[in-house]
Amino acid sequence: MAELSIVEAVNDALHVELARDDSVMVMGEDVGRAGGVFRATAGLRDRFGPNRCFDTPLAEAGILGSAVGLCMAGWRPVCEMQYDAFSYPCLDQLITHVGRYRWRTGGNMEFPLVVRMPYGGGVRAPELHDDSPETYYVHTPGVKVAIPSTPADAKGILAAAIRDPDPVVVLEPKLHYRTLKGEVPEGEHVVPLGRARLAREGEDLTLVAYGSMVPVCEAAAEELDASVEVLDIRSLKPLDEDALLGSAAKTGRVAIVQEAPRVCGFAAELAAILAEKAILDLQAPVLRVTGYDVPYPYWQIEDAYMPSVARVVDAGRKLLDF
Amino acid sequence: MAQVVPAERDLRRVIGDADGSGDRALDGPGEQELLDLYRSLVLLRTYDERSVVYHRQGRIGTYAIFWNHEAMQAGAVHALEDDDWIFPSYRESAIGLLRGMPPATVLSWWRGHPVGWWNPADYNVASICVPIATHVPHAAGLAWGKKLRGERTVAIAFFGDGATSEGSFHEGANFAAVTDAPLILFCNNNQWAISTPLSAQTRAAALADKAAGYGIPGVRVDGTDVLAVYEATCEAVERARAGEGPTFIEALSYRAAPHATADDPRAYIDLERVEEERARECVGRYEGYLRRAGILHDELAESIRRDATDAMRAGIAAAEAEPSADPSLVFEHAYVDPPTTLRSDWEELKRILG
Repeated sequence: MAELSIVEAVNDALHVELARDDSVMVMGEDVGRAGGVFRATAGLRDRFGPNRCFDTPLAEAGILGSAVGLCMAGWRPVCEMQYDAFSYPCLDQLITHVGRYRWRTGGNMEFPLVVRMPYGGGVRAPELHDDSPETYYVHTPGVKVAIPSTPADAKGILAAAIRDPDPVVVLEPKLHYRTLKGEVPEGEHVVPLGRARLAREGEDLTLVAYGSMVPVCEAAAEELDASVEVLDIRSLKPLDEDALLGSAAKTGRVAIVQEAPRVCGFAAELAAILAEKAILDLQAPVLRVTGYDVPYPYWQIEDAYMPSVARVVDAGRKLLDF
Repeated sequence: MAQVVPAERDLRRVIGDADGSGDRALDGPGEQELLDLYRSLVLLRTYDERSVVYHRQGRIGTYAIFWNHEAMQAGAVHALEDDDWIFPSYRESAIGLLRGMPPATVLSWWRGHPVGWWNPADYNVASICVPIATHVPHAAGLAWGKKLRGERTVAIAFFGDGATSEGSFHEGANFAAVTDAPLILFCNNNQWAISTPLSAQTRAAALADKAAGYGIPGVRVDGTDVLAVYEATCEAVERARAGEGPTFIEALSYRAAPHATADDPRAYIDLERVEEERARECVGRYEGYLRRAGILHDELAESIRRDATDAMRAGIAAAEAEPSADPSLVFEHAYVDPPTTLRSDWEELKRILG
């Protein structure tokens, strides 16, 4: 075990997977010579050569579109989108082709590509460096989505995504890229998609989150005068419904926390599943704590936008008092 | 109407005028290859004309007509080897026929039946790209990826004049150029994107001029001269295999048929010009060339046409004989390893369907 930050764990996963499988390649803007603007791809170009850690032209749709062709030529491309909000041009390829192509070939061809990107706010950055775009990705049929919250999961989930035969989008919590450290297994380490992680066990209330909202929920759990469970969803599609329903059955009280704007966010999907399948287990309405339906704000007032420990505690108290 | 390129234009040609003046000798293809090229043209023409009939009879759905585009498709494909990859747009929906794909497969695609979705690896023909130009980066990626693996495969992407306005065309062309990918960017410039004329797509004097912006060669050919298309594509393939990167080919024609069966071009197109183009359509021009060269005669031409018609009759019969697709296919093939919810969704639908 080594003590690594999230971005170091991502880098470790890429080194291990490129060494393990010579059809895996990394591509994106500034991933090679610079080693990525966050250093997530540092050392790959020197170790594996410029073709397996390739500095692409500045063109997000071109990166993902080329990755489709690379899959057809037998490669497993791992595409970096430099920032969450810069990934939107690649949605054209993701929606029109990546999610459909295997289906279109009658299941005969595979498109084992990965799109990974730093996401989320709280980093005092210029606008369009702060978005939580998971809903766009998870809403796309044919595409899987995962968002780790710990260094060990950042490594294991990325490895699982690279080995997965389907296209997978991995969003990495950039707020905690360097600030959150933890034990990470050395060498090959895979965390299968489709399994949630019980971050904290409790009896009275469940806080459901993923990515950078998990530490917020853990801090809120400390403040609440109750036995609070924190469920880290970490794999949005495929989703571990059993873990969600199991925790709801145990506590009967659920708040879902997401950083993205509220309308049609992933919290709404989780709430709908609870409404459909857990109604008789619930002792209180399902609450959401989310970002607001506004563009991500100027960074001097971004803390008012981000779901805070205080807002999660407030929601928890409402549920406990219901 | 000054919105499009006039009929008199200075383009690379091999086939001369109807009186035979200006026919140019072509290095390479022998008599047999020239006749194979004719067979391909006739097969595509027959496919297209029969498809319009089948649509009117309600036997296929909306269909994108490619009448008078056959020379661009056949001329380019005959310059390739079977290992080379073709990335068609919907205008080249039947291009797989030139790789041995059964007509029933393509007809089934236009009938919306699952058997119409072929395995691209069986023919080295990618799935039909319905949105505009988004397959250009795919072709760039495949060409580059094959090159990285040390294979000698070349890729060709077909798209129209309107596609050159799309960001995906630019990103794909640029990507191919910087990676020296063995790619041919084949633009069938029929001068109309549904009702929008070329002058509304670009201020460039020629689409081939765009190649300069990518640092690659751009060539212009007469798109209704199958031998000129063949020759230009052969040169591009040779450059690609030699590691010299992509080539942009602008094949110029004039769309002499509706965009698709759902379109009525009388509201916007120059009908006199359409008549001119129909009089010099590409299959007839090549037939004249072969007859002047003494390679083709009535009996052979008739038998080639009959073979194509028979293939289409058998194709539509086979497509119509396909059993109805099972609704369970709705839930198949999107994932190798699907979310479990798809299984329970299908169980529920099965119960409701009874």
